[in-house]
Amino acid sequence: MPRSESLESLKTRIAGIERARSVETAAVAGTGHLGIDAALGGGLARGRVHEVFAAQADDAGCAAGVVAGLAMRLGVGLGVGLGTGSGGTLVWLREAQAERQGGRLHAPGLVEIGLDPARVIIGVLPDPLAVLRAAADVVRCPEVGVAVVELWREPRLLDLTASRRLALAAEASGVTVIGLRIAAVPSPSAAQTRWQVAAAPSLPMEANAPGYPAWRVELLRQRGRPSGGDWRVEWNREQACFADADGVADFGPDAGGFAAIAAAPSGAVLPFSAGRPAGAPKDNRRAELRRAG
Amino acid sequence: MRQKTTGEQNSAGRDDAPADTPLVLVEKVRGAMRIAATCRQAASLGLSAGLALADARAQVPVLSVTDHDPAADLAWLERLADLCDRFTPLVAIDAPDALALDITGCAHLFGGEARLLAEVSRFLARWSDDVRLACGDTPEAAQALARFVPAGVSFESEDATLRRLPVAALRIEEETQTALIRAGLKTIGDLAMRPSAPLAARFGADLVDSLDRLLGSADSRITPRRAAPALRFERRFAEPIARTEAAMAAIGELAEEAAVELEQRGMGGRRFIARFFRSDGRTYDLATESSLPMRDPDVLMRLLNERLAALADPVDPGFGFDMIRLAVPRIEPLTPAQLQLEGGTIAQEAMAELVDRLSTRLGRGAIRRFQPHDSHVPEQAALTLPAVDLPAPAAWDAPQQGEPPSRPIHLFDPPQPIEVIAEVPDGPPHRFRWRRSQHHVVRFEGPERIAAQWWKHAPGKSPGLTRDYYRVEDARGRRFWIFRHGLYETERPDPRWYVHGLFA
Repeated sequence: MPRSESLESLKTRIAGIERARSVETAAVAGTGHLGIDAALGGGLARGRVHEVFAAQADDAGCAAGVVAGLAMRLGVGLGVGLGTGSGGTLVWLREAQAERQGGRLHAPGLVEIGLDPARVIIGVLPDPLAVLRAAADVVRCPEVGVAVVELWREPRLLDLTASRRLALAAEASGVTVIGLRIAAVPSPSAAQTRWQVAAAPSLPMEANAPGYPAWRVELLRQRGRPSGGDWRVEWNREQACFADADGVADFGPDAGGFAAIAAAPSGAVLPFSAGRPAGAPKDNRRAELRRAG
Repeated sequence: MRQKTTGEQNSAGRDDAPADTPLVLVEKVRGAMRIAATCRQAASLGLSAGLALADARAQVPVLSVTDHDPAADLAWLERLADLCDRFTPLVAIDAPDALALDITGCAHLFGGEARLLAEVSRFLARWSDDVRLACGDTPEAAQALARFVPAGVSFESEDATLRRLPVAALRIEEETQTALIRAGLKTIGDLAMRPSAPLAARFGADLVDSLDRLLGSADSRITPRRAAPALRFERRFAEPIARTEAAMAAIGELAEEAAVELEQRGMGGRRFIARFFRSDGRTYDLATESSLPMRDPDVLMRLLNERLAALADPVDPGFGFDMIRLAVPRIEPLTPAQLQLEGGTIAQEAMAELVDRLSTRLGRGAIRRFQPHDSHVPEQAALTLPAVDLPAPAAWDAPQQGEPPSRPIHLFDPPQPIEVIAEVPDGPPHRFRWRRSQHHVVRFEGPERIAAQWWKHAPGKSPGLTRDYYRVEDARGRRFWIFRHGLYETERPDPRWYVHGLFA
């Protein structure tokens, strides 16, 4: 067999194993933020695994907020106060230790960002093994809208195999899985997208009161599309969408390096065109930074 | 109603002394060691409960003595009660040393009362060599007959025998007993002959009540340990089956029987208990619950298998199971489901099944739903209750339009103490230290004053301190919910600060 031919057949076989093509066919849910949607090629893919990392352990609340926002964008738990809410069910699996250290999920707080607690089922499980086992069951149930798998630190059990298993189950059932990782460092996984969330200064209300939830959201990686991108977004409860949080915020002395990033007009950084090579946005941003600094 | 009582000597279950020395159990009563119970041999030597140990030793020099352990006695009695579950579902413990079985409607299954009594006696002989059994019209009659009629004595009629028993059989207070004997009323018959009004006037209404219950002129019931299940299905095996898989297959057949029965009644079960009776008397329970009524045998078997796999103490068939029972203690109406075009019912059922499966495997408290609770104390404003108990989700009030979140997404329970620097003691926080790092407050809103629930406390007792909540944002944008615990000067000279939650 000629060499090129065998290479070709090998390539098609690998493509079949990787199911690379199914990525394009996945239904997407727009986030409402133009820049993010452009970078994602339309929105967040349904029936896939997405990972959200809290930048620091005390950004856990912010990361939970982003996860709740993404779940609402995926059509789960909208319309609190309008009866029984709509859409599928959100199953949120947590470790008991996270509940003790990081605080428990507070239903009135979920209401305040627009997520209907009536559509939420909480699993408080003793260890990461129980969380992953329960997640396998939850993801296989197509009636679940979004499954949130919250894990602290780096459990040894959450390796590439485990995440791949979750991804395959999610693809088969159409359940969107959001892996919420706190106090963890990103490691190889089968996730479609990987995000990092940090707190960002909110746009102040009257009398300098803290405003709507604002976050700095960074797209660390995505499958099959260029990665990179860094946005300051605000959660708009009334519209249930992520909005661009531009405007001038005053920064304190310990706001550190990324005050400059946030202060740079986000329009200058965004949007990325889909076809741009992976390395380009990063360089571009650095240039912006230099200019801003 | 026919009742049966078994009387047990409480030393029977744990006789580890040499067989030939008399055994007594002792307990400390007002500083002195006194006998709590004796074995039959010790009783025949004249020892009895209440005697001081020193006196007993003087009478019988070779005596083996063990501490009295009422908790172990009760545990033993519980185990025997579990065993007796195979005769009737209504078993009550009559502490410290008796069991009462309500055999109403059960005796014919064993071929009459006498045959049932013989069966119970034969069965319990394996566990204790000193069992006294009696049947009576009321629980009191049965226990009086068991305690006061010597074994092997046949009596002409129950009523006549009861009338010949001493007044002690009434189980009344010692003083009343003495008073009765002094008055010359020594047997039940003596009391029963007399009009009840003068008896009640002189000895108390309790005496007349117990007399009526003993003689069956007043209604009396036992309080069973467990309510009789709504439905139960049993299978007895001539040869014990020694494999758990085979036992589960038998449970599967029972589940199908249950499904047929439930369907005829238009009901579904909310709770199922599979019980394995091992031939040596040990029992194992597999219990499962469902959030919606159900009767599908396949789903039930899946849940029971989950439970079996999740057991900390695995089911050990030992010498085999000789009986298996599937009980359905809770049933609720379940009409045949109408399939909706958009699949609404199916989605709800599929979610319920997922919740049941996870709750069965991980424990019913692990899978929860939120339930609003009418309280302004933040940590009590929402409850998380087991999802199997709440099949229907609760409705929540809509948030206030146009306002940023006023409640955090993560709530610390308990709140975490912080060190705060404020410009004035009763003013807003300026800087605070939490988890070993400084946070500089850039924005704040507050205070939102939340008072303690004074109406829930007795007058004069402090209901707790008022909390002043602030929403604060630090320079990095992290939003916290912190509060001052106690009003400055009026409630506390130096109020402490806590962080209660993190905003999104």
